[in-house]
Amino acid sequence: MTAPDEPRDPAGTAAEPDPGTTPREDAARSADTPPPAADHPVAGAATGTPLLELDAVSKHYGNIRALEEVSLTVRGGRVTCVLGDNGAGKSTLIKIIAGLHRHDAGVFRVDGAETSLASPRQALEVGIATVYQDLAMVPLMPVWRNFFLGSEPTVGRGPLRRLDVRLMRSTTRERLLRMGIDLRDVDQPIGTLSGGERQSVAIARAVHFGARVLVLDEPTAALGVKQAGVVLRRVAAARDEGLGVVLVTHNPHHAHLVGDHFVLLKRGAMAGDHAAGEITLDELTRQMAGGSELAELGHELRRAAPPGPDSDE
Amino acid sequence: MSATVESIAAEDERLLPRSPLRRLVSRPELGSVLGAIAVFLVFAVVADNFLRAGSLGTVLYAASTIGIMAVPVALLMIGGEFDLSAGVMVTSSALISSMISYEFTANVWVGVGVSLVATLAIGLFNGILLTRTGLPSFIITLGTFLMLTGLNLGFTKLISGTVATKSIADMDGFPAARALFASHLSIGSFAVQVTVLWWIGMIAVATWVLLRTRAGNWIFAVGGGRDAARAVGVPVERTKIGLYLGVALGAWISGQHLLFNYNVVQSGEGVGNELIYIAAAVIGGCLLTGGYGSAIGAAVGALIFGMTSKGIVFAQWDPNWFKFFLGAMLLAATLLNLWIRRRAEATR
Repeated sequence: MTAPDEPRDPAGTAAEPDPGTTPREDAARSADTPPPAADHPVAGAATGTPLLELDAVSKHYGNIRALEEVSLTVRGGRVTCVLGDNGAGKSTLIKIIAGLHRHDAGVFRVDGAETSLASPRQALEVGIATVYQDLAMVPLMPVWRNFFLGSEPTVGRGPLRRLDVRLMRSTTRERLLRMGIDLRDVDQPIGTLSGGERQSVAIARAVHFGARVLVLDEPTAALGVKQAGVVLRRVAAARDEGLGVVLVTHNPHHAHLVGDHFVLLKRGAMAGDHAAGEITLDELTRQMAGGSELAELGHELRRAAPPGPDSDE
Repeated sequence: MSATVESIAAEDERLLPRSPLRRLVSRPELGSVLGAIAVFLVFAVVADNFLRAGSLGTVLYAASTIGIMAVPVALLMIGGEFDLSAGVMVTSSALISSMISYEFTANVWVGVGVSLVATLAIGLFNGILLTRTGLPSFIITLGTFLMLTGLNLGFTKLISGTVATKSIADMDGFPAARALFASHLSIGSFAVQVTVLWWIGMIAVATWVLLRTRAGNWIFAVGGGRDAARAVGVPVERTKIGLYLGVALGAWISGQHLLFNYNVVQSGEGVGNELIYIAAAVIGGCLLTGGYGSAIGAAVGALIFGMTSKGIVFAQWDPNWFKFFLGAMLLAATLLNLWIRRRAEATR
């Protein structure tokens, strides 16, 4: 780490929260965390106390069991993938980790201490940043303005209080470069970047504002193969910076490329829990797709239609 | 990809390879500046008197009366909202000031002060109604536009018995207030109306706020992506209310000029001006959908209006053509802006 890599804690980090925001909106303000990371060892904490630990956590909405006894461990420098089909409970899990909902049963530990996050802001304060699919970016604004939106550093006082444009530009460039993104021009509107690059900027922003645990909600869902590769590289870069990453996805191919640990969800319950060495991509895909269910589906489709080359896909 | 070549260049100044021309082309003001140059050249050729100092002073004055409002209206549009009540709000502000002073036989500064508070209250009303209800600003300000139009006429008739207010020219404080809002300074043979100074001040403050303060960042953000802005902690409601207050402030300055320039106020004035302000802002590069534009562009848009309205007179054309020229210019400028922006984005 070189000195210029730490130009943060601008005067403006203490942006007051808008009292009017709902919890849901609060959650995505990954840029707004005061950097709490200073006294936390960031790098390579693969052993020792996990950053985040869910032990048999459950969540019920009325009489609906959204999540039933799900366990999950997030360590610094490791990527934990949460896999599951639609309705498997992925969103509920994200909401609990992001502080949008409290869990009903089980134990939620941050740095080994039992906790129950009351708000997204509290989640951010302990260093959990969530990057949602919409990314919370303004397409027409330049990259550097987006990077600091809501937490702009300023210099000067009174009527002369102004944006620290130089710091904003150089920090944005450095942070992106560190993530391996070499932008030609931080002045270009962020809407002109590709989907993968935008996702990368969102990740870089969360890292810059002090995230220790990065929760990514389907970061590759809307992207082509090449763009997905770009994003997965950033995930690896965040991991290499010592962050614990929770990658939520329904794509086993992407998960298998970067994951150190795989948690499979099905209908709100754990359907599998594997370390990277223990499971092959084929097996992961099979479990993810629901093995026997898929075979049954193939069987059903074959009877309904004339056999085609990919009727059992 | 020339990215490798560029990253070899000094790492802080990788911006250099981007040609100055391309930077210029990506400015929102470009279309309006080109338009202003064209209009200037046309009238410089066809109207003999156009280039005389006195004529240019008149042009600047006409531009400033529109520009004082076009600049805050542009900021509001960048923030993603409209204000259709902006035109009649000017008249309301002047009427309030005049009537308070006259009816209470008070010093005119009392009227000026009450008018400031009342006009800001109208802006606040627009802003709060907008942020609380979530209704489109078009509807809300159309409502206040109609209400203010009625109130202006109704109250004036009720209080003074005619459609205009009584002259306040002989009241205490009038000369000083007139000096502030409706005097002119002579620089050699060049007479500059004080409104031009107000206008320039407005441009400077608006540009500073827009480009160099957190509030400016928030204005672009609430106009270009409200939900995203809210998600990262931008106070969306406060920003929008602030923009409506800015328009009200402009209306107050314009209104006081109107009053102290003519001593009396015609209660039916101002209707239709709101569209001229919006047109000036759009000529200046503001997107109707918000999130893009500039204060300087809006000021140049106002300058185009000033040049056209006075240039037609100097060229001794039938002034009835004025509106046609404005309409044509609005379309041309919008198309030019669109074309420039497409090119700017394509050539990145």
